[in-house]
Amino acid sequence: MDVFFQQIVNGLSLGGIYALIALGYTMVYGIIELINFAHGDVYTLGTFFSLAILTGLGVSGEMHGLPLVGVVLVTLIAAMLLCGLTGVLIERLAYRRLRNAPRLAPLITAIGMSFILENVMQLWHGPSPISFPEVIPNPAWALGGVEVSAKQIAVIGLAIVMMAALQLFIYKTKMGKAMRATAQDRDAAQLMGIDINTTIAVTFLIGSALAGAAGFVSGVYYGTTWFFNGFEAGLKAFTAAVLGGIGNVAGAMLGGFLIGLIEAIATQYIPGGAQWTNVVVFSVLVLVLIFRPSGLLGESLPEKV
Amino acid sequence: MTRRHAALGFLGLALVVYPFVDRNNSHVDFLANAGAFILLALGLNIVVGFAGLLDLGYAAFFAIGSYSYAMLASQQFGIHVPFWLMLLIAPVVAALFGLLLGAPTLRLRGDYLAIVTLGFGEIVPQTFLNLSQYTNGPNGISSLDQPSLFGHAFGFSATPYYYVLLGLIALGILAARNLQNSRLGRAWMAIREDELAARHMGINTTATKLAAFALGASFSGLAGVVYAAKLDLVSPDEFGFNVSVLVLSMLVLGGMGNIWGVIVGSFVLSFINSFLLPQSTSLAHAAGFVNVDFTNYRFMLYGVILVTMMLFRPEGLIPSRQRAAEFHEAILDPALAAQEQSEYEGVAR
Repeated sequence: MDVFFQQIVNGLSLGGIYALIALGYTMVYGIIELINFAHGDVYTLGTFFSLAILTGLGVSGEMHGLPLVGVVLVTLIAAMLLCGLTGVLIERLAYRRLRNAPRLAPLITAIGMSFILENVMQLWHGPSPISFPEVIPNPAWALGGVEVSAKQIAVIGLAIVMMAALQLFIYKTKMGKAMRATAQDRDAAQLMGIDINTTIAVTFLIGSALAGAAGFVSGVYYGTTWFFNGFEAGLKAFTAAVLGGIGNVAGAMLGGFLIGLIEAIATQYIPGGAQWTNVVVFSVLVLVLIFRPSGLLGESLPEKV
Repeated sequence: MTRRHAALGFLGLALVVYPFVDRNNSHVDFLANAGAFILLALGLNIVVGFAGLLDLGYAAFFAIGSYSYAMLASQQFGIHVPFWLMLLIAPVVAALFGLLLGAPTLRLRGDYLAIVTLGFGEIVPQTFLNLSQYTNGPNGISSLDQPSLFGHAFGFSATPYYYVLLGLIALGILAARNLQNSRLGRAWMAIREDELAARHMGINTTATKLAAFALGASFSGLAGVVYAAKLDLVSPDEFGFNVSVLVLSMLVLGGMGNIWGVIVGSFVLSFINSFLLPQSTSLAHAAGFVNVDFTNYRFMLYGVILVTMMLFRPEGLIPSRQRAAEFHEAILDPALAAQEQSEYEGVAR
């Protein structure tokens, strides 16, 4: 039973990262109905940016006390900003022109953007995995037979704080209201005086910034990154967004944690374990899309004519 | 005979005599590999170009074709089905898997379908990788049976494969052309333009889309058999997402829905990939730039093709007239249209 609870803890920390990435997918899909294929690579870019900033700050080992807090905050915020700007830039250059094109066109463009970002990262740090400095001291506590590490608490805690902030932003600010209006009916929102371009740009800014946060967190958590990370993580996070109900922010969080749990438990209990986890997660995606395409929390909408 | 037929006949003749003129085996080898990709592109064109369904896991059917040859014609299980018979069996197997994937998923809207096919494209090679007791896992299956014709084994020359692929491509073009102009082809076009309207005109959309999936998959299965036999090896890492995207880039570059455009697109990309990039790299090395490796920019190339073509010429270099109209009709900015409308009304007043 201890093994089971251990996998629950591991799954929740994995899930925190997926949930942060899934938010970006779901926000962008909610507002312009585009599967932003490049989003997973923006997340990987977040790990690369974080690494560059840590290297720039001269951090190579464990830190304590106030300097630790300072380094973490600076790196996190800078990575979020850089990723957010990347997202805005991608939207401006590649997606905006195609807003009214047949739906295949922006989707194909997004796949192209994903390949471009991957290649840029491959040229940046080479094709092999690169290691990430161990910044955070990582004591672990035993609760019964289950071990919980400081990193795991930090990952889950940060994910929850970010999500709470996002909920506040979407439901309590004017820009959040504009985003909800644009998602509901773009033309009507425009007629009400909402600046559609700014609203969509802000959506990309926030979604990509959250991916940047996920990038920093995963770099610290796993201690390693790789230019091709984003493909798999992106697909899993997209699965999470679909599972929760795409376009639904709370759903993306729920889906993220669920996918993390499914992955951790499948790794533990399926014979042959780790090598089948991807197959399990993608099968979940296929099954959800076939049997409940609106997801757990999404409303089913009739097809627009 | 029109001028067009004459040009085609001349091209065909040139391709048939080519291996006799150019005795460089590496050139023929390149052409044979390009031929396999042309076959793949012709198949994907049925799915994406004709029926308008974005399939991002097309390489899975290529894998299924390759692995079925590797398992049924090698020492692996001691089964030795002849190559020529496999050319009939593998497309059927791939088509069956196309039906298996398509039947539950084709109800999904376009972009969801794309993601499901992507998931399928990941599951298939992963499964071949994991079932190592049957497939030797990451090592793949090697020493496949050599094809032979009238007792003459193909050997290690690329030339016999070149002719097999030439023949298959000719058949593929014929099949694709006839399909395009058939009742089924017109139904695909109708679904591509407006699925709801097509259904209301009495088209069985599910069956029609399934047919596109199965037929497209069968081309891929066929290409898989020849490719596996030629390479004498299959391994799970040859069939990843990048292969699916490579074939898609060929379509986008050449022109989705246009058979000749697709062929030109896949030839050009194959040429850049396996000729231009390595050659210019060795030229750069010879000139003293030893750290340059242009082959590292392959993914960038696919990405740039996809993005710039979609932004500036979504119908491709050699467009299908119908697809071009669809892309440009829809890209019209409604704000711009409204402005034109109000200007027009201003003038009228």
